[in-house]
Amino acid sequence: MAFKRNIDRLPIIPAGAKEHNVTCHYCIVGCGYKAYTWPLKKQGTTDSNWIGEDLSRQQGVETEAWYAPSMYNVVKQNGQDVHLVIKPDVNCEVNAGLGSVRGARMAENRRSEITGTQAQRLTEPMVWRYGTWQPTSWDEALDLVARVTARVIDKDDEDDLYVSMFDHGGSAGGYENTWGTGKLYFGSMKVKHCRIHNRPAYNSEVHSTRDMGVDELNYSYTDYQNTDTILLVGTNPIECQTNLFLNHMVKGMQNGAKVIVVDPRRTVTVDACEQVAGAENVLHLAIASGSDLALFNTLFTYIADQRWVDADFIAKSTFQGDVAVAEDAAHPAALGSFEAARAAVKMTLAEGAAITGLTEAQIMQAAEWIAKPKDDGSRRKCVTGYEKGIIWGNDNYRVIGALVNIGLATGNIGRIGGGTCRLGGHQEGYFRPSDAHVGRPAPYIDQLLIAGGGKVHHIWANDHYKTTLNAAEFKRVYNKRSNMVKEAMDARAGATREELIDAIVGAIEAGGIFSVCVDIIHSQIGQAAHVILPAVESGEMNLTSMNGERRLRLVEKYMDAPGSAQPDCIIAARLANHMERVLREEGRAEYADQFKGYDWKTEEDAFIDGYNSGNPEVTYERLRAAGNNGVQEPVKGFENGALVGTPRLYEDGVFTRHGREDGKALFCMGAWRGLQAPGKAQQKASFRFLINAGRANLNWQNWFLDQKNEFVMDRFPVPFIQINPDDMADLGLKPGDMVEVYNDVGATQGLVYPEPTARRNETFMIFGAPNGTQGNVINAGTNELILPNYKQTWANIRKISDATPAAARVSYKSWEVEL
Amino acid sequence: MKCNRLVDVGRRQFLRGGVLGVAGAAAATVMPAGQAQAQQARAMLDYPSNKLANLADLKVNEPMDIGYPDADSPGILLKLGAAVEGGAGPDGDIVAYSVLCPHKGYSLSYHAADKTLNCPGHFSRFDCEKGGQQVWGHATQNLPQFSLRVDDAGDIYAEGADELIYGRLSNVLQG
Repeated sequence: MAFKRNIDRLPIIPAGAKEHNVTCHYCIVGCGYKAYTWPLKKQGTTDSNWIGEDLSRQQGVETEAWYAPSMYNVVKQNGQDVHLVIKPDVNCEVNAGLGSVRGARMAENRRSEITGTQAQRLTEPMVWRYGTWQPTSWDEALDLVARVTARVIDKDDEDDLYVSMFDHGGSAGGYENTWGTGKLYFGSMKVKHCRIHNRPAYNSEVHSTRDMGVDELNYSYTDYQNTDTILLVGTNPIECQTNLFLNHMVKGMQNGAKVIVVDPRRTVTVDACEQVAGAENVLHLAIASGSDLALFNTLFTYIADQRWVDADFIAKSTFQGDVAVAEDAAHPAALGSFEAARAAVKMTLAEGAAITGLTEAQIMQAAEWIAKPKDDGSRRKCVTGYEKGIIWGNDNYRVIGALVNIGLATGNIGRIGGGTCRLGGHQEGYFRPSDAHVGRPAPYIDQLLIAGGGKVHHIWANDHYKTTLNAAEFKRVYNKRSNMVKEAMDARAGATREELIDAIVGAIEAGGIFSVCVDIIHSQIGQAAHVILPAVESGEMNLTSMNGERRLRLVEKYMDAPGSAQPDCIIAARLANHMERVLREEGRAEYADQFKGYDWKTEEDAFIDGYNSGNPEVTYERLRAAGNNGVQEPVKGFENGALVGTPRLYEDGVFTRHGREDGKALFCMGAWRGLQAPGKAQQKASFRFLINAGRANLNWQNWFLDQKNEFVMDRFPVPFIQINPDDMADLGLKPGDMVEVYNDVGATQGLVYPEPTARRNETFMIFGAPNGTQGNVINAGTNELILPNYKQTWANIRKISDATPAAARVSYKSWEVEL
Repeated sequence: MKCNRLVDVGRRQFLRGGVLGVAGAAAATVMPAGQAQAQQARAMLDYPSNKLANLADLKVNEPMDIGYPDADSPGILLKLGAAVEGGAGPDGDIVAYSVLCPHKGYSLSYHAADKTLNCPGHFSRFDCEKGGQQVWGHATQNLPQFSLRVDDAGDIYAEGADELIYGRLSNVLQG
């Protein structure tokens, strides 16, 4: 039996309830919601309520006058218990009132002492004492962090401090918080050994498009509505950018757009496109895993040979000549002119077909849909969306470059109905001092940690244990190194502070690591931490971020932080204050001075100190007024009482992301070179099953909370692995059985979900699960710029158990709708 | 045009759902009208006991349209043919669900081949053999299932629901 809440009525929002602007903080789409709060002892009625509707009657389809139990909770606001409803905003241009299965559970996933939800949230600072974590004061915890950190760093020598810090918007990220940590580690310090929340280095996921002059978020979501062809590569938007798909791509298809989906597996996106556009208008290119580069180079060659390119655009807006940037350690392919790229990447239809496993006819068909001028001679419009299928796939730099080549050659960047953009994960919200000192290629932090690097590790909402590659080895080593420090602390129980710090430093010098975890929950890597500091999320603080079309909005704080939890920017500021104090006490005055400038009291202070310093037109007050539609960055000014934004980049045909003064875009000259990352080809030869990895609708971007959400965990109590039924028969597997996935790197587990559309020997496993870390079987091989190659992984599969009791009760039916 | 399916078909089905429910329309609430106005129904308890059908009316895997707790709340009554957890009747295989998608209220359609309810609006689907579990989709709850009682004469009554029905903030309409 499925989980049921057994809630058959909800309190009615009264007229006059407080209304707050909320952008969903889970995924990059950033759907608009409204949060309503009102006193516990007050209620609306069926005839007097917030919306002025007669609620004694059944409401119709897509009504604004209804909310689900998942959209309701009781939370604290200014110390008082209040009702909270967070429901989709019908007036937001992003989602037009649609809610996703994730965002429409925001309210339920807030911490509540009354309803008991999200009791897992951290509420107090904790330090390792007497063999476990003990609650303590902020000052005591930060003093310990500052004193230990100060022992391992010095002015101009900060390489023993390792920092894992998110760089995104939404969630607990955003401009305020990236500035807080950025100012601390890149301003006051120049920390080189750092990484980002979902990958083992501090680097861009899309270096090549930026080097070519093209920012990865260059369009407006409405471009999907006004185009001839939607090209989707390595992305599954109905699950991972749900309302971008439902509110924009669907409208594009209804307006007549065709769709090409490049993906080794048949996703629910393919099915949904067929439902909307008709199968005859959907081309699914189920390529061999990792062969995207061969496909794009073949398409580029064919389109150029057919003269379906935009010659005027190429002449006016792209580099003329040969090579502009040579291939070197920082550039895994040379960059240059259209003709230079054409010569460098040339691939025939026959070559492309052989490598991708497609037919030549399929490739020609795709090329026609992308670029063949219409019968009247006018150019076709094509908008391209790509994401982790290639970002975390084979040969990241070259493959993204090859895709952008097609966008540039066909003049589809900077124009209505065009754009070549990543679809994204989190929202963005990056404002930091320069990271140039980190270098490129950036240090491979997780491998350095495994090799014994680092003495103190500050972790800001990263969980390497769930989201790294070579994860089993990482966990083994990190547990050992952090345990050395725990044992040293345990051995000095009862000692003075100075003695304790000496003991910690002694363990560090012997190979241990002192681990500080700032997070909203006690994460898996947090099990290894010595100090744990509770942070807040969007809505528990005011927070600004921008979405996948650069739409900047302010989420207004609508509830109190759990316990004494603080915004990350404020935690960073207080840590800086403690660093300054400790260094001054130690007589290191010059170094201490570097930690001045953190007298922030609120997140708005951090916003003014950071983002506003570079964008003086943008203030909280103006963003509040801009509401859930906000303003698309870059902000150009403030006129007639409203911020003026930029709906689409590069409409003037001048490309700037690479910093070239000539404003000319570059083409990528990266030829196909097989499976590029070390160990991949060998693994493919040695193990039977492709273990493709990705996300699922239900828990993408919110699993850290959903691991304590009954509705979600009831559906998938164990992370699933989709397998072709004939392969299941081979292996003697039933739906729901627990299998072990194992290879030369490690092992993990999954629940068998039959998937008739999966190709033989090609499985799909969910990524980032709390209980079944897919990263355990991903080898350490990355591209030259340390971009992880999570997607190309091969392993064997064996049964280890019948279905768990919870798994035995769930549905194993097809995800494809039948109408 | 296939591209019209998304919104228009859903809307049509919804309208159809609103005027169907012959059984529901005929079955008035058991509570006298005066009493219903005098006090609010108790949560999870005071549901009308509505006769939906008799066992003899049901054919395996052919859903019967119902309305519950009232005619404006369309649902189906379904004999699955094999016992399921929570199934009613002598064979433990009779279930009843709301057919308003808890995501946006489109009317779900039944797919007999795999015994699922499917949404034309945004492609969610629910498993009738697993208590209305959302197999895949956008709804933040599983499908409201109506609790059933079968009396000695084989008459089937609906007597409650386990989730909030789309489009109403109280399953038993108030006020």
